[in-house]
Amino acid sequence: MSDSLNQLKTLAAPAELRRPPVVENNRGLGWLTDKLTAFAEGKTPLWWWILFLPAAFAATVIFPVCLFYQVFTGVGVWGNNHPVMWGLDIVNFIWWVGVAHAGTLISALLFLTRQHWRTTIGRMAEAMTVFSVMMAGLYPAIHVGRAWFDWFMFPVPNSNGLWPQFRSPLMWDVFAVNTYLMVSSLFFFMGMIPDFAVMRDRSTTRIRKGIFSFLAMGWTGSARQWHNYEKAYLVLCGLCTLLVFTVSSIVGLDFCTAQIAGWHATIFPLYFVIGAVFCGFGMVLVLLIPLRKWCGLEQIITLSHIDKVAKLALVSGLIIDYIYLMEFFIAWYSGDPYERWVFGHRLFGHTYMVLGWMLIGINVGVTQLLWFKKVRSNLALLFIIGVLINIGMWCERFVIVVGSLYQEFLPSNWGKYLPTIWDIGLYVGTLGAFFMLYLLFVKFLPMIAIAEVKGVMPEADPHHRLGGAKKEDGHE
Amino acid sequence: MSDKVYGLMAEFNTPGDLLRAAKQVRAAGYHRWDVFSPFPIHGIDKVMGLKNSLVGWVSLAMGGGAFVSGFVLIWFSNAFDYPLIVGGKPMFSVPMTFVPSYILMVMGGAIGALAGMLALNQLPRLHHPLLNKARFELVSRDKFVLVIGAADPEFCLTKTRQILESAGGAHVDIVEDND
Repeated sequence: MSDSLNQLKTLAAPAELRRPPVVENNRGLGWLTDKLTAFAEGKTPLWWWILFLPAAFAATVIFPVCLFYQVFTGVGVWGNNHPVMWGLDIVNFIWWVGVAHAGTLISALLFLTRQHWRTTIGRMAEAMTVFSVMMAGLYPAIHVGRAWFDWFMFPVPNSNGLWPQFRSPLMWDVFAVNTYLMVSSLFFFMGMIPDFAVMRDRSTTRIRKGIFSFLAMGWTGSARQWHNYEKAYLVLCGLCTLLVFTVSSIVGLDFCTAQIAGWHATIFPLYFVIGAVFCGFGMVLVLLIPLRKWCGLEQIITLSHIDKVAKLALVSGLIIDYIYLMEFFIAWYSGDPYERWVFGHRLFGHTYMVLGWMLIGINVGVTQLLWFKKVRSNLALLFIIGVLINIGMWCERFVIVVGSLYQEFLPSNWGKYLPTIWDIGLYVGTLGAFFMLYLLFVKFLPMIAIAEVKGVMPEADPHHRLGGAKKEDGHE
Repeated sequence: MSDKVYGLMAEFNTPGDLLRAAKQVRAAGYHRWDVFSPFPIHGIDKVMGLKNSLVGWVSLAMGGGAFVSGFVLIWFSNAFDYPLIVGGKPMFSVPMTFVPSYILMVMGGAIGALAGMLALNQLPRLHHPLLNKARFELVSRDKFVLVIGAADPEFCLTKTRQILESAGGAHVDIVEDND
């Protein structure tokens, strides 16, 4: 028995089937520590300032101006008007929630499926999640019109003796988005505790040492701590995975419980989840490709990892394409004249058909480029595809929200929707706030999960030659 | 040297060395010892005799509690305190209650996981005797440290030092507890 087992062991996989190493060039643990903390500890490069200043301007000037003007004046400053009561505010809300989802999928679902390559990009994806949920959560809060009554949405005993109405998916949304923000922030923070300890031990100034000691909370890295930590991490990953499939489903339910043609379809929860993930992978490509180059992380976030992200984008893109097909088919097959009208007008109507064709052109057309290895290894092209995916998904959200509302059942009730400068300004503001937060994260926090990357190195495996295993232990 | 002794620490270069040393320390009959590493080491739980972590149970309790309280909250607010008739449906039913309660379960479970992890690890703590040692800073980099606590009944400065050195530990050093 043991002989046959030994024989099995010697059958190594052929070269093309072997997994590429997570970190290239056989680096040691010390080198990794230096490399992964280098950017947060080093001098701030020029490109960081060039990106940071405009983002900070948008976040600290454009954003508050648009926000306060809207809150003080009313929703009327936006283009929302009868019959299009959901405009850019909801479009952007869904878009931002979508961006968040890929981050959770990468950091949680790929952990549960034991994909080692996720360790290198997981932290950056989680940061993307936390910041984009922040941006998403803002929209429904101010879109209600009187933001100071937002607390009515929480089950708080009040002098009116009223409670929220829990049958409405819009109410579920309140819980879902808040939970998502909270859980993804907890997950983000917990993942960083061991890395805060790394930064603490490396810090040379008193202030740095103080800040990171505070954040690391006395982490020593003992086996007992790791033991509890790993369990908590596993549980959190499981819970975050549930959220990936719940939050956008509930957003989808907001739509499919409405009677509007174009919204009233059972496919919506799944549709929104997959669309969200697809859009988020686009954003991951947009963030990873420049950062890995500018922060000198090419050996850690390797081409093979980018390739895998692109493949995941392709898979989610293909599911989205299938859903488009089904949506149009069911609209035709239902025989419902209103459904047929709405879907026909998405592509062959007037005003918004440009967006309709953009979504088909990008989400169905451009996505197919990802089939080719040449495209997946061309970083500049991938970056452009990432940007296009985000635009395509934004168009999709617009077509669904506005495209279904502007020509509803009664022709006397038709109207147009055009975003005003305040709509657009707020979107620019949230984009600025997102990128500002992201750049601050990259500069000051460990942007790659140091402990996790070390943990998947061959040096970390006590049963591997590089990890110190010896022949007498029964290992090679 | 009025400081109390916290324990003896020894340094190793690879997780494999550490694992072998841990086996020897356990064979020598020590109970109050721990190993420190930059990442979780596969197989160390077994050598140290660590049982399944309780974090999962804490999370389950918090998550389950949140789920039940979601049900109770919705029953109380929409069916008992201010009965709401929506579309002629029953005042209270499982389908309407499930989703918000489920979301609350996720939130409760997540808070339970983090809080449970911190509580079981006795974190946050402002200070640890090991954090005074200059060489201990390398643990978060690429070194592996084994510490035998002075609280161990078998602890003896000379004998324990010998065991650590024979197990291949470098820089064997006394950790002071000056709190």
